[in-house]
Amino acid sequence: MVTLENAANFQSEKNIRRTPSHTVLSVVFTLIFTLQAVLTLGPLIAALFSSFRPGRLLMRYGLSFTVSLKDAGLKNYIELFTGNNQYFRWFWNSFILTAITVVLTLFICYFVAYGLSMYQFRGGNLLFFLVLATMMVPFEILMLPLYREIIGMKLINTRAGVVLPTICGSSTIFFFRQYLIGLPKDLLDAGRIDGCTEFGISVRIIMPIAKPAFASMAILCTMGSWNNVLWPMLVFRDAKKFTLPIGLNSLLTPYGNNYDLLIAGSMFSILPLFIVFLCFQRYLIGGITAGALKG
Amino acid sequence: MRPVSFVLFHSFRKESVAPMKTKFFYSQKVAPYLFVLPFVLSFLIFWIYPFASTVYMSFHNITTTSSRFVGIQNYQKLLTDKVFQKAMFNSFRYMIWTLVILIPLPMLFAVLINNRLTKAKGFFKSVMYLPALTSVVVAGIIFRLLFSENPVSGMNQFISLFGAGPYKWLKYDATGLVALLILASWRWMGVNMLYFMAGLNAIDTSLYESASIDGANGWQKFRYISLPLLKPTTIYVLTISIYAGLAMFMESYMLWAGNNSPKNIGLTIVGYLYRRGIEQGKFGYASAVGLILLIIALIVNFIQLIISGTFKKEVKQ
Repeated sequence: MVTLENAANFQSEKNIRRTPSHTVLSVVFTLIFTLQAVLTLGPLIAALFSSFRPGRLLMRYGLSFTVSLKDAGLKNYIELFTGNNQYFRWFWNSFILTAITVVLTLFICYFVAYGLSMYQFRGGNLLFFLVLATMMVPFEILMLPLYREIIGMKLINTRAGVVLPTICGSSTIFFFRQYLIGLPKDLLDAGRIDGCTEFGISVRIIMPIAKPAFASMAILCTMGSWNNVLWPMLVFRDAKKFTLPIGLNSLLTPYGNNYDLLIAGSMFSILPLFIVFLCFQRYLIGGITAGALKG
Repeated sequence: MRPVSFVLFHSFRKESVAPMKTKFFYSQKVAPYLFVLPFVLSFLIFWIYPFASTVYMSFHNITTTSSRFVGIQNYQKLLTDKVFQKAMFNSFRYMIWTLVILIPLPMLFAVLINNRLTKAKGFFKSVMYLPALTSVVVAGIIFRLLFSENPVSGMNQFISLFGAGPYKWLKYDATGLVALLILASWRWMGVNMLYFMAGLNAIDTSLYESASIDGANGWQKFRYISLPLLKPTTIYVLTISIYAGLAMFMESYMLWAGNNSPKNIGLTIVGYLYRRGIEQGKFGYASAVGLILLIIALIVNFIQLIISGTFKKEVKQ
């Protein structure tokens, strides 16, 4: 219990004396998180090292924590970049799909949320209730009828088939709505007096104010779309159209003949999000935690 | 013709067209409906229709060419379907274990990392979030290889530190579950921690200060301030964990490199829906599986919300 004794002592309590027990606890806490960091990074580092080694070793021995640079070289990555494979086609597909999804989702969800939060109108509360209700139903339950519907609409194997059912994401609407509902309605009246149309107000006055919300949602949406597997896997049938996760998954055959590409490609696929993460970390944390604070 | 219409347009614009247009674009009555229109369309086309059709299909026997009404036969069959029972058991067991692991531990870690005694917080927070950047495919590939049967694979190396193993992880029920839970913990520990950290930061610091003045120790502050005020966060994390746990599919799909695992040890409810619906084309039967999952998820969450007293709070407000 000695850990918990001081566990809640966070925030600034500057006038507390430093005692030897504090030093011990400080070391203990820092060690706990060092251990956690090692456990978290371990698999990624092991994978990174083995991405420089021949894939047949992975096939035979699995991924090992032993750092060994025997037979290591850039061969896998050279093969990835210059070899006769579809990796960069998949990469490009993922990129385009993510870009389309993010742009459409952000704008559509923003306008829907704007309508829900800035006006009192008949059916407004019902619509907001429906937004919440759709959040309560896991996508997996609707994937089967949606799949049939998309086939019926002749959108199978197309980007539209992947994007359309997802762009009106209820959690994104919900987030924007929570953000917008806190803004003063006087802003709208100010715009009206100056002769702005209702649409103009939403674009010229409120949208600039909602920039932080856009930033948070953009990152969250980028991550979600870049890493989305299940639905694109159902819609795309043609290896030429695969996105990165589906393509990588298709390399995971029992014969193990693609393991050179598999692990190098997996590592390289994390890179874009890693860069986004490094640049926009603070928005990201704001975005994912926004839902948790509203009880 | 062109100049004439041009002139006409301009002559009309000032008197009749413009005011109508103006009225439309300036109307506060029309605007909200235009704004929410995309949601209404998307809701009807990509939610209500599929939902209705899955309910419809669950009472029918559907093949690629025909559809025959069978009443509740699909549901009756499900009751005695041994494989479905196995899938239910697996999903529930996984969901409960993720609740047991991925709520108390992240909460504890969040409290500890907020403590002023912990060093290098920024670094640890960033590291913890890294796994969430990897897709389930990449994480699955890495962990599938770590859980390889070979004695030198990562996980066998790890447990040999404790004198155990080597195991054929993905061949047996218990070790397969451990593999799934380790994968889930690796991916979600940091994210859940982040939720709790945000919850802790939202607590007014003056509460802790006044508690200190009253002579409360660290444990008491945690027990009587942090824990009760973290309740909304906890309920949120609990709710999404229940849904994610019951609807888990891709994790198992990746670990076993497909929807088939020895003796169905990795089969989940959604995995069974996928097998029956997508792989075998039995849409009616698969729809019944999906609806049962939905009902179960709603019931579990409802019970959880009643126990945690969320509804009571709303009444009070």
